[in-house]
Amino acid sequence: MSTTILSTRGLTKTYGDGESLVRAVDGVDLDVAAGETVAVMGPSGCGKSTLLHLVGGLDRPTAGEIHLAGRRVDQLTERTLARLRRTDVGFVFQAFHLMDELTVVENVELPALLAGRSPRAARARATELLRRVGLAAKAAALPTALSGGQRQRVAVARALSNEPVLVLADEPTGNLDSAATLDVLRLFEELHEAGQTLVIVTHDERIAATADRLISMRDGAFVDETRLTGGTSGRLGALAELEG
Amino acid sequence: MGRLLLIARLAGRDLRRRPAEAALLLLAITAATTTLTLGLVMHGVAGDPYQRTREASAGPDVVASVMPDPVTGAPADPAVLTELSGADEIAASSGPFPVAGTTVEVGGRTADVQAVGRPAEPADVDRPIVTDGEWLGGGDGVVVEAAFADALGIEAGDTVTLGGESVEVAGIAVTAAMTPYPAASCLVVCTPITINGEPVRDMAVDVLEEPGLIWVGESMATSLAADPDDLAYVSYLRLDDPDAAQAFADARIPNGPMDAMLEPWPHIYEQVTHIERNAQRVLLTGAWLLGILAVASVAVLVGGRMADQTRRVGLLKAVGGTPGLVAAVLLAEYVLVALVAAAAGLVAGGLTAPAITDRAAGLLGGAATPSLTAATVATVTAVALGVAVVATFVPAVRAARTSTVAALNDAARPPRRVGWLIALSARLPVAVLIAVRVAGRRPRRVALSIASMTVTVSGIVAALAANAELNTQLASDPDPRMERLGDVLAVITVTLVALAAVNTVVATWATVLDVRYSSAVTRALGATPAQLAAGLSLAQVLPAFLGAVLGSAGGPLLYDAVDQDDVVLPPAWWLVAVVVGVVVAVSALTVVPARLAARRPVAPMLQGELA
Repeated sequence: MSTTILSTRGLTKTYGDGESLVRAVDGVDLDVAAGETVAVMGPSGCGKSTLLHLVGGLDRPTAGEIHLAGRRVDQLTERTLARLRRTDVGFVFQAFHLMDELTVVENVELPALLAGRSPRAARARATELLRRVGLAAKAAALPTALSGGQRQRVAVARALSNEPVLVLADEPTGNLDSAATLDVLRLFEELHEAGQTLVIVTHDERIAATADRLISMRDGAFVDETRLTGGTSGRLGALAELEG
Repeated sequence: MGRLLLIARLAGRDLRRRPAEAALLLLAITAATTTLTLGLVMHGVAGDPYQRTREASAGPDVVASVMPDPVTGAPADPAVLTELSGADEIAASSGPFPVAGTTVEVGGRTADVQAVGRPAEPADVDRPIVTDGEWLGGGDGVVVEAAFADALGIEAGDTVTLGGESVEVAGIAVTAAMTPYPAASCLVVCTPITINGEPVRDMAVDVLEEPGLIWVGESMATSLAADPDDLAYVSYLRLDDPDAAQAFADARIPNGPMDAMLEPWPHIYEQVTHIERNAQRVLLTGAWLLGILAVASVAVLVGGRMADQTRRVGLLKAVGGTPGLVAAVLLAEYVLVALVAAAAGLVAGGLTAPAITDRAAGLLGGAATPSLTAATVATVTAVALGVAVVATFVPAVRAARTSTVAALNDAARPPRRVGWLIALSARLPVAVLIAVRVAGRRPRRVALSIASMTVTVSGIVAALAANAELNTQLASDPDPRMERLGDVLAVITVTLVALAAVNTVVATWATVLDVRYSSAVTRALGATPAQLAAGLSLAQVLPAFLGAVLGSAGGPLLYDAVDQDDVVLPPAWWLVAVVVGVVVAVSALTVVPARLAARRPVAPMLQGELA
């Protein structure tokens, strides 16, 4: 039986009060096993990104519990949450959020430097990750000189800098064309095969189809859950469709 | 006309939308214009009353005096002065008049006095101007020099005890033949007496200390002297060429105690005006320093606003505003503020000037003399406008050139990349790494911060050195006018520090706004709020430290440039204390905005960029 890496119980996030109360996330229970890829789908404003921010420690829940790698994290101090993000979680954003004044390799090594690794070790890890995402030749380039797909691959490499137990991707292909989406999809496939745990928020069914499990979300709550098995309706089918 | 009206309305609305920023701008430029106004109106403030007094009182070109030998007690010989009056260069003269050293008692106070015996009828040279009461009428009444009367609270009609006898004060008068009390020249033997630099302790005659001047009848002067041989004598000489007065005196430097001592009018003029000239130098230097700081303030404020105003620029362009219109609106805002600041500075400077230049009633004119000339108004207005335009030009042009789509998306201005700094910072602790990279994104803002602190610390160090010298002088020669100079120094120093503090807070806030996205990303990648706050604060402290070090070196140079006398450099520990003080002060000023920024929620900011 595989270990549960991420677990939430009754996870709730509300904004406002009284008649203007908005339940962005409404009593969500979620379990993600080690090495599993979970896709969360739903229309804009259904609470997908908020859920991701809550489990990644970027935002605090109004109620409920979050357990990450066997540790309850919803009541941690801001400082401890920062350390958690540094070591246990890697983020991939739709807008990439790369620092324009840093080169590709400097962007990738930044989390390692923030974690207190030596500059040499941080650079070596960044170089290795860039090789893994196929961008070793672009190490000295600035993000503005890269295509959208390349930027997102840099962001994925950055997310892996400190070998996190969980990678959270928020609409990772939302800003990309089909070719670039295929690039990123292949990268996630490699990560999955390497045993990396992934939670991907997306509104793109082709991306969702590559996951082990697909969760549908509406009005802040999970409304459906499907375990995918691959084949024409799963990962390979999605890749075939994109390549076609 | 319609276009101008549109620009004025847009500029006015934006100013009203941000009253605190407009007030800060106004404060910064007004500080500079007020000081500049003061410096400009000080010009001639002391010189004019002296010249006026000299003309109205038929003031002498040279004052000649003889006094008894202070060591042997040999009597003074008035024939020496009579002979001098017959020199070829002399156009007119009066005297010799007898001078007796004595004391005056009034209201429980006693002061030394040099009593000059004068006839009742006006002399050809030196006719003191009576400002209250009347001139000597041949009786027992006396006339008191105005600054001396002011210091002792004497008025016409009072009775004072002069040399032990009660006499009535017939009048109060001013003269250009002597520096007003307490800096009066000595016509009799005054302390300290030195020969070859050594103080003479055993005197054959009575020695006065800081004597005031009183005019008495000639017979009274003689009777006030304990012995006729103790009398000194004074003559007032007018030359054919007043400009030759210094040369006339230089050609007759006394060889011994019995020779005539000559004081040419430029020397008196120098004595009368030196404090005002020093104050003017201080004020003008302070005005330039404050002007530079004001440029830095406005530049940082405008830059900061641009970081917060990109979307507004986009909207303006999207609804049809041309790049020229956008630039004109921004320039108009600051030009408007500059004009108000110029007016406020002129009024404040004009009202404050009498408080600084107010002098004891030793000359005609004085307190009311400082006045705003057209040249002063034009200069102050031009400087205020210059400050606004210089500081606003680059951001205005940049805003005008910003792409409309990028501006509407509120895209942050692309940061600069300084490769070596980024490589260096990788080896530093996390807070310093963040600080160096934050600072490196905006080299122009860092340069402004360094310049601002260099100017401030230069001013502070120069003011400290000047104040120390002033205190030394005050200890040996208390003078209320010198104390006022100390007040001027203090006001300028406080204004410099206040402006620098405003600059620091504004620069910190501008930085916080500028790096809000990268700060959110840095936190998402694992930086703690404390590390980010320390980094943002350090990003201000590092340039401030550099500026403080440069300012510590520049301060003595500035003081040397302002004061041509021998400069006494402040001790090294002062300079170290100033640098440490700057670091502590900047840390304290930046800690609150930095902590607020570091604790902002990350998620909305990361999603905000998608908006």
